[in-house]
Amino acid sequence: MRYAGIDLGSRTIKLAVIENGRLVFSRTSLTSHNPLGTAQDLMKGAVFDRIMATGYGRHLIKGHLACPVISEITAFVRGARFFRTDCGSILDIGGQDTKAISLDTDGNLCKFEMNDRCAAGTGRFLEVMATVLGYTLEEFSAAALSAERAVKINSMCTVFAESEVVSLTSQGAERNEVALGIHKAIVSRSAGLLKRVAPPGKIFFAGGVALNDCVRTLLENEMGSPVFVPPDPQIVGAIGAALSASEDG
Amino acid sequence: MSDYTKMWQSLGLDLKNHDALLSVLGKAYSDVFLSQKNRPEGMKYFDFVMSEVHGLRIKELMDAKAQGRRVIGSYCVFVPEELVLAVDGVAVGLCAGAEFNFEGAETLLPRNTCSLIKAAFGFKLGKVCPYLEASDVVVGENTCDGKKKAYEVLAPLVKDLYVMDLPQTKSEMGKALLKEEYRKFIAKLEEVSGKKVTAASLKKAVEIVNAKRMAVKRLAAIRAADPAPISGLDALLVNQVFFHDDPLRFTDSVNKLCDELELRVKNGTGVFPKGTTRLVISGCPMAVPNWKVPVLVESSKAVIVGEESCVGERGSRWLMEVKGNTVDEILDSITDRYFNIDCAVFTPNPSRCDYVKEMKKNLHAQGVIHYSLQFCQPYIMESGPVEKELEKCGIPTLRLETDYSQEDAGQLKTRIEAFVERLKRK
Repeated sequence: MRYAGIDLGSRTIKLAVIENGRLVFSRTSLTSHNPLGTAQDLMKGAVFDRIMATGYGRHLIKGHLACPVISEITAFVRGARFFRTDCGSILDIGGQDTKAISLDTDGNLCKFEMNDRCAAGTGRFLEVMATVLGYTLEEFSAAALSAERAVKINSMCTVFAESEVVSLTSQGAERNEVALGIHKAIVSRSAGLLKRVAPPGKIFFAGGVALNDCVRTLLENEMGSPVFVPPDPQIVGAIGAALSASEDG
Repeated sequence: MSDYTKMWQSLGLDLKNHDALLSVLGKAYSDVFLSQKNRPEGMKYFDFVMSEVHGLRIKELMDAKAQGRRVIGSYCVFVPEELVLAVDGVAVGLCAGAEFNFEGAETLLPRNTCSLIKAAFGFKLGKVCPYLEASDVVVGENTCDGKKKAYEVLAPLVKDLYVMDLPQTKSEMGKALLKEEYRKFIAKLEEVSGKKVTAASLKKAVEIVNAKRMAVKRLAAIRAADPAPISGLDALLVNQVFFHDDPLRFTDSVNKLCDELELRVKNGTGVFPKGTTRLVISGCPMAVPNWKVPVLVESSKAVIVGEESCVGERGSRWLMEVKGNTVDEILDSITDRYFNIDCAVFTPNPSRCDYVKEMKKNLHAQGVIHYSLQFCQPYIMESGPVEKELEKCGIPTLRLETDYSQEDAGQLKTRIEAFVERLKRK
């Protein structure tokens, strides 16, 4: 049997197919203004017997495809366990939300915290800030890592932070130091959420922002715990949904 | 439905705003309540009450006023209905649960004011609440800082605002203060009604209100059954109607509903399948028509089996035990009863958390949702320690902070679904 999971996120949609406990297929696409159409395109040609949906748009697809749904939080718990069983907590920073999840000793969902309603400190925030500084996302992380000191960013609201960054650069602040300041701001906020729920121990870091080396390094320092990033951190939720589909009867 | 336009006009309502409110309310009601499956027959009465919430019930208030009875509006369960009834008055709850005219409210209040207070102002300024407009006296009470300062702003907007002070500690001095405030409130009621409070009128009032509370307590106890014989939404609605309806008719209707529910329990029928995840909600009051979180919960494969809230058990779980025969002695009993209320404005406030644990156990719930309104400092502050204590006792707890808008419904739904999934794994 082949089990698929589809994760309809705010910025990207991910599809993963599992067979005999192994990931046999995965695909990612930008969500666009038409998430349903994107999801349908993504599924074209994929072969599976059963599917489960998760993510922001999970209820959207439910009306168009006979598939059960699972919350992103549970999906990340299942997905993380696919990669590792020695993590005490999960941090997922996606396109517009951040989740900190603690696991019990059996690897089950224990407590979780999410950011409030706005996208402060999420992937979208990083994207906007990179654009303001004229970097691609890859350059942005590398530039931050190259800085020796950070310029402090006080605002976490995407709109306010943008004007703060503009005024800092116009005052002659070094671009890479501002970049480091932005990364530090995100990490301090995410670490705050993690500390609220998480027991000490290894942290499983997933979601698009886990691709950013600077965030990972800073997070490790801030938490004083090792941080593990899976090979494709964006696909974790989709894998979790696929695994749930395989366990559901 | 009869035409109440004249009556609304005479109350000074803004008909255009009022029509807009009623049409939103009517649609929300049918979407939320009438679409539920397996509802008890006894809910028909409450459907009727809601369909006439600004109609027939207001007409009854106007008729009472025409007979010389006074309508006393209030915003808090610390204002004793018994005292109002003892001068043959009509007590109505004024708390508002809808995001209506918040722009208007924000011309007088800071933006970061809780939705409950903003709604009260939105309703007043938009001239859409016939209960408020029909009230001869509006009682404000010094609970949280938000409300107590808001009453200063409200005072010039209403005919007769009477402010009652409240203690903030469960001390002897606190109790003495409460009794003194109730004594002053009696004087106020006697003055506006021209009627004297007597031991006999008090005893009769206590009997009426006790019967009403006994009926909702009976309802609360029946909800321990699995499958749940009534949805959390319907039970919440009963607790909301508690504040507006004629007490005798309400009591009778709740008891009839309970007869039916007891039969359901006996036959093992319910509104959701047996084994559905059961939750207790604890925290800020949900005033009508605030059904936001219960709707999200009950569409996420879970059922709410109890509310630790002013619109729920915190408002009704204590009955009055009358000791003595003089007005002063009965006033002691009234003070004793109300002094139990474990509102988060009290410090410290341990009995609230203890009672949540008790409810969880008695109602066979699997977890607790702590519900706070954004900017409600007392409940938000208390939510951290309450969550910690409950989790320590092995009670899974989800802390939610929200307002009356629908903006965060998606995020709340994700959290609630994840919480329900967490409970299912156990």
